[in-house]
Amino acid sequence: MTFILFIEQLLNGLQFGVMLFLMAAGLTLVFGVMGLINLAHGSLYMVGAFAAAAVAGWSGSFLLGLAAALAAAAAAGALVEMLVIRRLYDRDHLDQVLATFALILIFSEGTRYIFGSFPLFLDIPDALSGPVILPGGIAYPAYRLAIIVTGLVIAAGLFLLIARTRLGVRIRAGEADREMIAALGVDISRLYTIVFALGAALAGLAGALVGAIQSVQVGMGEPVLILAFVVIVIGGIGSIKGALIGSVLVGLTDTMGKLLLPALFGLFMDNSSAQATGSAIASMLIYILMALVLIWRPQGLFGARA
Amino acid sequence: MNREGLINAALFLGLLAVPLWAYAADEPFTITLATKVAILALAGVGLNIALGLGGLVSLGHAAFFGLGGYAMGVLASHAQDYSALMEWPFVIEGTKSMPVIWLVAVLVSALAALAIGALSLRTSGVYFIMITLAFGQMFYYLSISWPAYGGEDGLSIYVRNGFPGLNTLDPIQFFGICFALLALALWLNARLARSPFGLALNAARQVPMRVETVGLSPFRLRLIAFTISGAITGLAGALFADLNRFVSPTMFSWHTSGEIMIFIILGGVGRLYGPVAGAALYITLEHVLGGLSEFWHVYLGLLLLLVVLFARGGLIGLLAGRKVAHD
Repeated sequence: MTFILFIEQLLNGLQFGVMLFLMAAGLTLVFGVMGLINLAHGSLYMVGAFAAAAVAGWSGSFLLGLAAALAAAAAAGALVEMLVIRRLYDRDHLDQVLATFALILIFSEGTRYIFGSFPLFLDIPDALSGPVILPGGIAYPAYRLAIIVTGLVIAAGLFLLIARTRLGVRIRAGEADREMIAALGVDISRLYTIVFALGAALAGLAGALVGAIQSVQVGMGEPVLILAFVVIVIGGIGSIKGALIGSVLVGLTDTMGKLLLPALFGLFMDNSSAQATGSAIASMLIYILMALVLIWRPQGLFGARA
Repeated sequence: MNREGLINAALFLGLLAVPLWAYAADEPFTITLATKVAILALAGVGLNIALGLGGLVSLGHAAFFGLGGYAMGVLASHAQDYSALMEWPFVIEGTKSMPVIWLVAVLVSALAALAIGALSLRTSGVYFIMITLAFGQMFYYLSISWPAYGGEDGLSIYVRNGFPGLNTLDPIQFFGICFALLALALWLNARLARSPFGLALNAARQVPMRVETVGLSPFRLRLIAFTISGAITGLAGALFADLNRFVSPTMFSWHTSGEIMIFIILGGVGRLYGPVAGAALYITLEHVLGGLSEFWHVYLGLLLLLVVLFARGGLIGLLAGRKVAHD
């Protein structure tokens, strides 16, 4: 294995982690502020990807597609919050799980009805289609690098939003005591709709960005959703910092495990069974990581409550 | 007998009567549908012990369903091509005998439930849901990336496994086996709920602190319930694989976990016959709506949403006129 391949995979892991952060941030905000488990978050990711692919395909502009993804996911999120989620805040988690599972069925089949069963494709914008030469002479796809940068910028923006703005103060207050901030005159149901739409927009953005690397298809959000759950379990519920660190940890573990484990098993096994065993163990690696974190800290790395 | 008791008896006899009628009318497909209801209801009874009695919202029961399925697939595929499952340190051969397969399925899924439960039950609430979901997915990805047993394509078994004295290829006889196991599991569930263990578990669901105060460990109670629950769902998985003569990673997918949970909710949470009513309703809907529209999952989703939002007692709650099973 060469050094260049190693660095490339490290960057791929980072890119994957940053993507997971966009998903996990929305989930963890909704958990933290509203105490709600939203399985349909992956559907909003899918909505973003489909909106981007449809609009970019129709207009020829990637940026327009990105804007459409943000708008469509935020709108779908706000609509879902007002029609369904709003009735679930006071319910137990079982009801939330089932109602949002029902939403997945509706979103997935609805999308299949509109767009058909075949995947759509979203092209990488021309300006970012080539490689970038990094220090050390490593050629890395410009688009993936742009995802890393975008994700980090959004992470920084989110920290500022939570820490410095009026909305952020309200979000933090909502996490601490929802009755109290309602009594102080904050329109809590509007706040919830905004937080939910914000989380949805982040998921939609993630979907659109990844849509240009993978194909855009029904059900694409679900594997990412489950990884985002793993991220939140590792990072701790309600913590944006935990979500960021957990995302990068999961992204790197997954990518590096797939690269290194087959090579590691190759040291004492024949090649084909090392490949098979290595990739099978690699597919379990992040869950093993999750189990280890749980044994050590059941509330996650940065979680306040279990 | 109260109203819920009457409904339960009607469900039990109805599930028995439909395939008998189909046998007389020579409609093997209906018998197969009823068999599917019995098997899925069995999986639901398994989950209901964790969910209804213990209040443990597990979104990872597909792991046990799938392990049961693969126990059948692995053993039967080795028997099918006469290769040993293991040669060192001692030889283990495959088998086509249902009782042996069931035993293995129950043991394997109970062990997995014990391990997953021991880790997941360190947490509660939303964490527990997400962790069980994640562990379930771990098995899904493992089954996909393990090429020895079919990987993504799954495993086919050409002839259904045998049960001494019965012809399992005859639909009505296979239904009889599945129905008998479902009845056994329902009996076990009812006994469990009334036993000191069940009462303590129920108390741990409602006020864990008091249970702890009297010297019982809620963690241990829940872990035992989770293990029994996983074992029963594993048995259902083995039967389901035998029904289709096929296992694939789909059995491990979290949609399967969601569906098993849907049976319980459609029927009514915490009710003994909830999974039976739910599985029957689900299979009927799948059959009827699936015939009407290719996109029947939209209608299923809408129905589920309506049940969760407005009819919280499920089908049995609606019929029995009581919203919640226990307070």
